[in-house]
Amino acid sequence: MNTKLRMFGVIILCLGMTVSAWAQKPDRSAPPPLGPPPSFSMSAIQHFTLSNGVPVVLLEKHQVPLVQVNLVVRAGSVLDPPGKTGLASMMASMMMEGAGERDALQLADAIDFLGAQVGSAAGMHTSGVSLQTPLSKLDSAIALQADVALRPAFAPAELERKRKSRLTTLLQWRDEPRSLASLAFNSTLYGSAHPYGASSIGDEQAIRSLRVEDLRQFHARYFCPDNAVLIVVGDVTAAEMKPKLERAFGAWKGTAAAGVNLPQIKQVEKRSVVLVDKPGAAQTEIRIGRIGASRITDDYYPLIVMNTILGGSFSSRLNQNLREQHGYTYGAGSSFSFRLLPGPFLAGAAVHTAITDSALMEFMRELDAIQKPVPDMELERAKNYIALGFPGEFQTVGEIAGKLEEMVIYDLADTYYSHYIGRIQAVTKADVQRVARKYLDPAKMAIVLVGDRAAIESKIGAMNLASIAHVSIEDVLGKAPVIEGTK
Amino acid sequence: MKRIVVLLALLTSLGTAGENRISVPYTRFTLPNGLTVILHEDHTTPTVSVNIYYHVGSGREKPGRTGFAHLFEHIMYEGSGHVPEGKYDEWLEAAGGDNNGSTNSDRTNYWINVPVNALELALFVESDRMGYLLDAMSPGTVDGQRDVVKNERRQSYENRPYGMASIVLDENLFPPDHPYHWPTIGSMEDLSAASFEDVVEFFKRFYGPNNASLSIAGDIDPAKTRTLVEKWFSDIPPGPPVPPMGAPVAFLGAEKRLVLEDKVQLPRLYMVWHSPAYYRPGDAEMDVAASVLAGGKNSRLFKRLVYELQIAQDVSAYQASQQLSSTFNIVATARSGRTLAELEKVITEELQRLLLEGPEKREVERAVNQYEASFLRRLEAVGGFGGKADQLNAYYTQTGNPDYFQEDLARYKALDPTDVQSAVRTVLREDQRVVLSVVPTGKPELAAPARKEAK
Repeated sequence: MNTKLRMFGVIILCLGMTVSAWAQKPDRSAPPPLGPPPSFSMSAIQHFTLSNGVPVVLLEKHQVPLVQVNLVVRAGSVLDPPGKTGLASMMASMMMEGAGERDALQLADAIDFLGAQVGSAAGMHTSGVSLQTPLSKLDSAIALQADVALRPAFAPAELERKRKSRLTTLLQWRDEPRSLASLAFNSTLYGSAHPYGASSIGDEQAIRSLRVEDLRQFHARYFCPDNAVLIVVGDVTAAEMKPKLERAFGAWKGTAAAGVNLPQIKQVEKRSVVLVDKPGAAQTEIRIGRIGASRITDDYYPLIVMNTILGGSFSSRLNQNLREQHGYTYGAGSSFSFRLLPGPFLAGAAVHTAITDSALMEFMRELDAIQKPVPDMELERAKNYIALGFPGEFQTVGEIAGKLEEMVIYDLADTYYSHYIGRIQAVTKADVQRVARKYLDPAKMAIVLVGDRAAIESKIGAMNLASIAHVSIEDVLGKAPVIEGTK
Repeated sequence: MKRIVVLLALLTSLGTAGENRISVPYTRFTLPNGLTVILHEDHTTPTVSVNIYYHVGSGREKPGRTGFAHLFEHIMYEGSGHVPEGKYDEWLEAAGGDNNGSTNSDRTNYWINVPVNALELALFVESDRMGYLLDAMSPGTVDGQRDVVKNERRQSYENRPYGMASIVLDENLFPPDHPYHWPTIGSMEDLSAASFEDVVEFFKRFYGPNNASLSIAGDIDPAKTRTLVEKWFSDIPPGPPVPPMGAPVAFLGAEKRLVLEDKVQLPRLYMVWHSPAYYRPGDAEMDVAASVLAGGKNSRLFKRLVYELQIAQDVSAYQASQQLSSTFNIVATARSGRTLAELEKVITEELQRLLLEGPEKREVERAVNQYEASFLRRLEAVGGFGGKADQLNAYYTQTGNPDYFQEDLARYKALDPTDVQSAVRTVLREDQRVVLSVVPTGKPELAAPARKEAK
């Protein structure tokens, strides 16, 4: 079949070459008009339930013989007990270090040999074990995924190894301006007592405190069928998958423990400036923000549109101003992190040290300007950018599984994505201004800078934004851990 | 122009992959001005990707102008004859589109992903900068992007831990007149020196349709797409012929051992060799060797350094395939309190074992199975870096055959342990490599020894 195809290809090439037609110059006086946008329709979302009650959400996609299976568990780092920050993350990481009948090396060998990819991770509110595999290896791969999710070994020697690795990560973060900026920013906003303000892997003390028993207990309490959902996308049908999933996950038993109460989130009520000294840094990492909104807010669509205008696309105001007009940075932008509880809004960039104050000025200027009504053209562009580009986000089994996961976690209806485009298009100029005023008061922003104090402090001080709180790398990350050798 | 609509339609209807054969069916034609065009249908989502390769990268730069090809890539977004500054991005975003570009030593690529109703808009803006870039250029345009690119250099190299290592390695691996001697990002000094006249000259010399290939993949009708491509690209005159990039032989007569101090907590060791260019004999072998050495927990270096001895925080190995000459790299970061001499000793042991005994059958099979699965993953996305439009264009540029997927995979599937052993014996020579120690400032004692210790 392919040989024929290529022979035809050669014929066409030759014919094409013999035709000499310098086409007339096309009319370039205006961009060609766009036809009507293509309609967007998802394949049907199918549902069934395993005998132990685990719900399965499945979407068929038959272009490529691949299957994605995501096990999602409603338990994440917000459930880390006091003093044991990083437990959920360590537990998830340790799930890959031996499971079922296999130790860590055997497990990795079995997965790699299939050409499958199995990953375990903990987020703020959910954890999970994901699998992507060639269809031809599905049965073996899903058995390994189930081992990882249900029968992790949590071997003590592996925990000791992971512990040293994570302590070393704490050391390495000292070198990374971006990591420092994000740690300092989150703790400034939420305080380190709230999981949103803490490092996902915990500090030295927490890392050292973790015991195998903690991992086992966390797993037993929360990795239970009544707390889990399976998401399947790929070259399979529900009828094919049902017995496979039943075999792998159907005998799973247990009842999940209740969640915990989190500390109250306190909004930023006045402007503050935090400066983390990184002597000799070529750039300053700037983060400006406050607490944003929950994923399940009525303001979701206006916020997405407003942020796209402010800093969510290449032609957004922040990027145009700081990069294109001023050349202060390689790129500037802003984002809302939508979670079950209000995640952060942040605007940021890495800017040349010498113009840190001027760059900061432009950030503040744009945060002021977004409070005013946005021009129609800009609003339309932002809405179209999000809405018309949306169908392109459903190309791969991994992307689609991610969308279904979002549906499950935030309890969105099956028809949710079918209405998405219309809901973006319905956002008005008044909506955008309303949410800008509600969420982005420039007088109530935390400003975090990671840069060369000696070079930037006096100029920042002269801006009179707020008094500068000086923070050392040790304040952000604790003392450099001393890691025992192993031989 | 006479069109071959029926034949094209017939061709695309044949476009399903046979069993166990990985294929991305395409049609190809060349415009009279020399522009090669590759079309691929994928109706998974109502989107299309327009991807263009200009067969020029930083390897073509002249002395004193390092970084120019990449600076030029930035300038390509600053407007053209009929697309005012800023409108390239604004118009595409208003249509729901995204775009980006990248430069390396060998080539520069650009892509636009748009909903399929905006295909013609994408062709309009892409053809306008190919035909009419200079109508919109001024010295001010160069200045604006010069500052942006300098910040890119600060962000990606100077302000990043170990960020300067790759620059030092290339300088030492390749002689000064070799196209891979200098970094694609360029030096600050040369970026300062780049002028408007350089833009004019570079554009005229390298950005003609005869030095480019256009790949369009997605929810398209090939016949209609061909008509649109002809409409927008046919009036652009060809540039001068561009001869192939030449280079002196990249050869290290002896081992070079270097030490670089950086603002880092942990020392990191780099060992780099010259290796076969992409798709040459030995290239796939070295990919598999990289996997045997540092791909996954059971790989030899990971298992020894990170898993068992726990003297390294991480280790990686990779064959960086390029057009003229590739490099094979081993990179390992020491744990706190460990020296690079300790790491090097173990790496040397493992390399000697690999050279002497070759890999085991299962190690090679495991690597090849992972490659095979990765080829399936590469068939999913249509656009962006690494999407099908981009891959078709890369394969066309590198091999002359856009649908080189099966041939590429076959290189790996044909390998047995002795092939890999013979390649590592040729490439991984102790007397022809660069060994770079990056150490925390003021701690040269953590570096690998200045001369390799006696065995």
